[in-house]
Amino acid sequence: MPITEDPALPRVSKKDFMSDQTIRWCPGCGDYSILSQVQTTFAKLGIPREKFAVISGIGCSSRFPYYMNTYGFHTIHGRAPALATGVKLANPELSVWVITGDGDSLSIGGNHLIHVLRRNVDLQILMFNNRIYGLTKGQYSPTSEAGKKTKSSPLGSIDHPFEPCRVALGSDATFVARTVDVFVKEQRSILEQAHAHKGASFVEIMQNCNIFNDGAFADITGRKERKERCVFVEHGQPLLFGANNEKGLRLTPRLTLEVIEVTEDNADEVLVHDETNPVLAGLLCGLRPPFPVAMGVLLRVERATYDGAALAQMDHAAETNKQTLAQAVAGRKTWDVG
Amino acid sequence: MNRPVETIDDVVVRFAGDSGDGMQLTGTQFTDTTALQGNDLATFPDFPAEIRAPAGTRAGVSGFQIHFSSSDIHTPGDAPGVLVAMNPAALVANVGDLVKNGLIIVNTDKFTDRDLEKADLESSPLEDGTLDAFQVVPVQLGKLTKAAVKGLGLGAKESDRCKNFFALGMTYWLFSRDMGHTKSWIEHKFKSPYKEANLQALEAGYNYADTVEVFHSAYEVPAARLAPGTYRNITGNEALALGFVTAGQLAKRPIFQGAYPITPASDVLHYLSQYKHLGVFTFQAEDEIAAVCAAVGAAFGGAIAITSSSGPGIALKGEAIGLATITELPLVIVDIQRGGPSTGLPTKTEQSDLYIAIYGRHGESPMPVLAAQTPGDCYYAAIEATRMALKYMMPVMVLTDGYLANGAAPWKLPDIDSMAPIEVPIRTDPEGFLPYNRDPETLAREWAIPGTKGLEHRIGGLEKEDGTGNVSYDPANHEYMCRMRAEKVNRMRADIPDVVVEGDSDGLLVVSWGGTYGAVRSGVEAARAQGIRCGHVHLRWLNPMPANLGAVLEAADRILVCELNLGQLAHVLRANYLVDAVSFAKMQGKPFKVSEILARIQTVSA
Repeated sequence: MPITEDPALPRVSKKDFMSDQTIRWCPGCGDYSILSQVQTTFAKLGIPREKFAVISGIGCSSRFPYYMNTYGFHTIHGRAPALATGVKLANPELSVWVITGDGDSLSIGGNHLIHVLRRNVDLQILMFNNRIYGLTKGQYSPTSEAGKKTKSSPLGSIDHPFEPCRVALGSDATFVARTVDVFVKEQRSILEQAHAHKGASFVEIMQNCNIFNDGAFADITGRKERKERCVFVEHGQPLLFGANNEKGLRLTPRLTLEVIEVTEDNADEVLVHDETNPVLAGLLCGLRPPFPVAMGVLLRVERATYDGAALAQMDHAAETNKQTLAQAVAGRKTWDVG
Repeated sequence: MNRPVETIDDVVVRFAGDSGDGMQLTGTQFTDTTALQGNDLATFPDFPAEIRAPAGTRAGVSGFQIHFSSSDIHTPGDAPGVLVAMNPAALVANVGDLVKNGLIIVNTDKFTDRDLEKADLESSPLEDGTLDAFQVVPVQLGKLTKAAVKGLGLGAKESDRCKNFFALGMTYWLFSRDMGHTKSWIEHKFKSPYKEANLQALEAGYNYADTVEVFHSAYEVPAARLAPGTYRNITGNEALALGFVTAGQLAKRPIFQGAYPITPASDVLHYLSQYKHLGVFTFQAEDEIAAVCAAVGAAFGGAIAITSSSGPGIALKGEAIGLATITELPLVIVDIQRGGPSTGLPTKTEQSDLYIAIYGRHGESPMPVLAAQTPGDCYYAAIEATRMALKYMMPVMVLTDGYLANGAAPWKLPDIDSMAPIEVPIRTDPEGFLPYNRDPETLAREWAIPGTKGLEHRIGGLEKEDGTGNVSYDPANHEYMCRMRAEKVNRMRADIPDVVVEGDSDGLLVVSWGGTYGAVRSGVEAARAQGIRCGHVHLRWLNPMPANLGAVLEAADRILVCELNLGQLAHVLRANYLVDAVSFAKMQGKPFKVSEILARIQTVSA
């Protein structure tokens, strides 16, 4: 959805969304880029500053609200989706953004993540996936690859990792997207689309922790590699990748994807992205090298929002039930003592 | 028929049967009818945790006790004078509580060898002398009910299900009750043919008692001389929910309740969910943690936030309550206490969450705590907690218990129009705004609700610099802020009334709190009637404690603390006031009996 500028609103810039607090992430952390893209995007949304609430859990990513000049709440580990649900229900006019990480949202807060997605509360959930616990100094996370050696897994992790977007799809999320901290243009576009979506928008942002898990995604996202290793999906467009879009994804009769060299003869066999198809989103979200990793909006479907339904019930009750407080307190049967 | 009617002042009736026999329903109907006839009353529903516990076993017995009187009463009664027993298990599990020469109405259709075996009985209590000390009215409830509903086309099982109404009809005759309320309730509640079946069973029971002369006489309990006003019957959970609805209206703010189903607190969610038209939104969360977190989020968002649960849920909510404490957001937490630890005795009452209420969080996390003392008082406790949470901008905990939650009593309707509005410290002016600026008296910070222009700010779980609210690791600031949060609780004392001693203040001082009010008050009154020099003090606020409590404890000769735990309040009083408080503790999932309090007072003062 394009963002149109309302000439009636005062011009705002990224600067208006920068708080006066010193940023305390490690130099070189991927979070800096995400903060910058979010601030830039907020300035473009045409919403006054006081209408934003940024809610986070615990972890490096969750320091985010302190650096945003909006309303913000740095809450407790894993619970930001639940907190944010309460904020949105109490104050439905707010644009509510949840900032979380892989440990925060998929480990300690896994339960809240799946439920906020299934309820489809109108929130934006930005999940910074760095595949490591950074703030606690380097333990494996629920997205760390099996066999990973960390402080808490000296012989290699024996945990099977989650695929975050698959968890979101499995929770019946209505908007699932993936981007990368350093993909400036794509990330901004996805943030705008997440905001435009009515319902819970889940955005996985692959983020580099240069201290405890440096280069976790470098083989996919590096400047030289990204065109070969990523497929940037767009609704209605063929799933092409490679330096000159010379490769494509094709569906096999076994309902799996295969990579083909695109020629004039087989160009129409390349699968066209349909963001309303959860089955296709499921195929795309799990692609790993030698396949290209899917970036962009994997799924976008419309479904009633929880907050919308809640408001509708409240309004309907107020219109149709004229019971007064005194009547409610008196209940069905009373008697008088003289 | 011209039947003899004897006038009596005071009766305790207990209905007991399988958990599937409809005893709670029967008791509730008897209660509502009794209330409408103007008696003072108190009830004690007592049921197993299983929805349908193994039929016929002692573990599956569900009971409902009602005490009603023509005078002012405060407890559901120590010992029933009348027992309605639907099977052998219900009979043997309850007969020991009955007064000597008490009346037993027993369903003799359930005394086959198999029934006796299920109840772990080797011989039939109807024949082995067990009931010699009582007046026994044997009734073939199953057979008579079946005959009463004949012709309605009901199966054997379905007609047997109506037998509780037959028994209810008999008790209505016995106590000269008007059946109009129950009849209209049945008509409203059931569809044909169950409506007709239940009505016919009820009528048949009444007529059976009338014609067969199974009872020596009927009884009449005249209306009680209650204070003038309009009354209704109410349970603690219902009163609590209505208290929150009222609080929202008094504050002119929406109510947000985050809750997760748990016995015995679920009813608070059920009741509150019925008041959307009065600005109450209920959020059934995915777990206890999400329930409190959503409430904290709603408090940040500008709603009056409530979360209600019982012990296990309160334990899970601890971290988020700490967040509300450090962010100084208004939040009301309700703990409907039950037997613990862990799943414990989920349907039984206890007062064992006092420690977790006052102390049960990490860090220095002071918590104002108040406890309701009667079912109707739950209404006022809800309003008071909301008022304090908003005035002082901090979480407040309300304690009730399973006994108050499910127990019913007549309740004089409040005069809502004369209630003071609840002031809400909302900030709108950006000029000079700092998130942790404080009211000089209450020390409360202002509520800067998201959406307000110019008040954008960040809060969170990290320690705050006073004033600016910026994250601060300064050692002196941390101690200052911890003391500040504790001082807010201390300052609440200004809004808490002094305690009043009922009776002698310089003899044995009996101290109680919460749902034991009625039993302890009655026990002290009984002791004073016997000439024992004693007085009663009942605490509503457990933290902070009333300003005059120290002096009251000091003036007493001896102190006896009665509570349904292993001495938690006694411990707190000893710690706070350096007094020799003696504990009378009971941990059996049941409320105190008046006789138990009296006996302990006699022992201690001997």
